[in-house]
Amino acid sequence: MNRLAIEIPGLSLKNPIMPASGCFGFGKEYAKLYDLSKLGAIMIKATTLETRLGNPTPRVAETASGMLNAIGLQNPGLEKVIAEELKWLEQYEVPIIANVAGTLTEDYVEVAKHISKSKNVKALELNISCPNVKCGGITFGTDAAVAAELTAAVKAVSEVPVYVKLSPNVTDIGEIARAVEAAGADGITMINTLIGMRLDTRTGKPVIANGTGGLSGPAVKPVALRMVYEVAKQVSIPIIGMGGITTVDDVIDFMSAGASAVAVGTANFVDPFVCPNIIEQLPEKLDWLGLNHVSELIGRSHR
Amino acid sequence: MIRQERMRVVKHREIAHNIYEMTLIGQLVHEMKSPGQFVHIRVSDSYEPLLRRPISIASIDRETLEFTIIYRAEGRGTSMLATKNIGDEVDVLGPLGNGFPIDEAAPGETVVLVGGGIGVPPLYELSKRLVEKGVKPIHILGFQTKEVVFYEELFGELGETHVVTVDGTHGHQGFVTTVLAGLKTDFSTYFTCGPTAMLVAMENMYPDKKGFLSFEERMGCGLGACFACVCKTTEQTAVDYVKVCSDGPVFAAGVVHI
Ligand SMILES: Cc1cc2nc3c(=O)[nH]c(=O)nc-3n(C[C@H](O)[C@H](O)[C@H](O)COP(=O)(O)OP(=O)(O)OC[C@H]3O[C@@H](n4cnc5c(N)ncnc54)[C@H](O)[C@@H]3O)c2cc1C
Ligand SMILES: Cc1cc2nc3c(=O)[nH]c(=O)nc-3n(C[C@H](O)[C@H](O)[C@H](O)COP(=O)(O)O)c2cc1C
Ligand code: FES
Repeated sequence: MNRLAIEIPGLSLKNPIMPASGCFGFGKEYAKLYDLSKLGAIMIKATTLETRLGNPTPRVAETASGMLNAIGLQNPGLEKVIAEELKWLEQYEVPIIANVAGTLTEDYVEVAKHISKSKNVKALELNISCPNVKCGGITFGTDAAVAAELTAAVKAVSEVPVYVKLSPNVTDIGEIARAVEAAGADGITMINTLIGMRLDTRTGKPVIANGTGGLSGPAVKPVALRMVYEVAKQVSIPIIGMGGITTVDDVIDFMSAGASAVAVGTANFVDPFVCPNIIEQLPEKLDWLGLNHVSELIGRSHR
Repeated sequence: MIRQERMRVVKHREIAHNIYEMTLIGQLVHEMKSPGQFVHIRVSDSYEPLLRRPISIASIDRETLEFTIIYRAEGRGTSMLATKNIGDEVDVLGPLGNGFPIDEAAPGETVVLVGGGIGVPPLYELSKRLVEKGVKPIHILGFQTKEVVFYEELFGELGETHVVTVDGTHGHQGFVTTVLAGLKTDFSTYFTCGPTAMLVAMENMYPDKKGFLSFEERMGCGLGACFACVCKTTEQTAVDYVKVCSDGPVFAAGVVHI
């Protein structure tokens, strides 16, 4: 028996650990360091219809126990992602979750339709929560009705289950979660980054060229955990939790709060081996907790 | 191959005001190939500060498996690094990026190496390699002021060396370009690392010379995955953008739009 295996819509995960979108590119760089087949899944960088060159630099700034980023969804565009990046990833035994972004509903639909046909794409992650682009992204994620409409439109064309990535930059995240569940979402991924800012103390001007950026890393974990806990109570579809996960204990916390699997983002920059390390440490942690299977963790806090 | 290793500090001293020279020992040194590559250093095992710091490799000794970095203790991370003692371990990821192409200079040729401030360190290993090959380097090293000048003698042992300070407290007064303007010797290629303004000045001064410039940009991963360190390219370049961490940090003159 594989004590770490998790089954959620579209995804047979050999373990519940995967790198988060935007923090792992399309895997090539980390493949030089370890075998990507060790991972539960891979969430690839946001893919848009056309090539995007992203925002001006500086695009990142360090903050207390965290960082801000305003990459601006830079990616090579749908065609190249399918023909080159996803093709290349086929050599690994690992399901891919394709992060889909766009400006208009039609963009999302078009990307979803094509990318969901790729052999190794087992689920989509609708990015309605990117805080770093002027239109699209977060504008879809802050209004329950708009989020639901987009979810339904993408569900209608996708060949694989659709997960919706929620933004923490809302008053009531539960409302958005319930709306996308009702619209047919197969799962939820959460959270994306929190909008933040850092100023250059000398000049008084923002450090990030874009002005604001998305906060991630250990600093956001308490917020993310609370939101996963909240949403888990309100929906019955599975949640892939993320936000500041750096250690195996963080994984235990997110799953206890109700996540069925987790994603690791910023921590990959701090320790490029963080994902395989956590995977290796999980069984021992289960022993310590007296649990047989990792799924026994899911929703412990609510029982 | 890129490796992550906890390397041991074998030497660590302040060589100029707030400028530290640190020598580390470990297997990772086997992987170090070209001068101009850098390492990504985690200065603390806690979340503070969170991100790694990119620092150039200043010299490599394959026999002893030691390498040296030279850094300015300025912000949170580098100030913390400065408190490390001999025997302490430092988490190093590297070597990263592509360094200066030594093959672009042929034996017997004269080249200039132009460094500004904390851009000077990678030029030291570069100069050693060029000299080994029979290339004649001329070094032009710019600093703010006398207190922060370092490695003048070491560069002097490798070839003609001019130091210039902005305030004129040591060597010539002015900028590296002041010295370059008065340089009598012709050269085939220039190699440079320093502040962006200096890189711009170099490209403008020698539009027809072969040149290689090392760039700095804020980084996340240091590996090419996060798109933090992207630079726009010029119209002549085939690709729309380059990543400083994995495509650079060294680029031929004219590639990056500056
Ligand atoms: C390829 C490369 C090679 C470098 N080589 C050297 C070297 O040999 N010696 C040396 O002293 N410095 C070098 N630098 C600059 C060095 O990375 C920064 O001085 C250092 O990161 C500042 O960290 P801090 O803790 O002092 O500052 P903080 O203000 O605490 O830094 C905050 C954040 O900004 C980043 N940052 C700040 N300044 C820079 C900068 N100039 N470039 C990139 N990121 C920056 C830090 O990495 C950190 O993530 C190099 C930079 C690059 C990109
Ligand atoms: C540099 C960077 C780039 C990101 N790019 C994307 C992206 O393209 N699409 C997306 O949905 N989320 C993106 N994110 C958000 C992460 O996937 C994740 O939701 C967030 O960072 C919280 O997790 P963490 O604290 O573990 O990083 C990005 C985050 C970072 C730090
Ligand atoms: S620092 Fe991540 S791509 Fe260069």
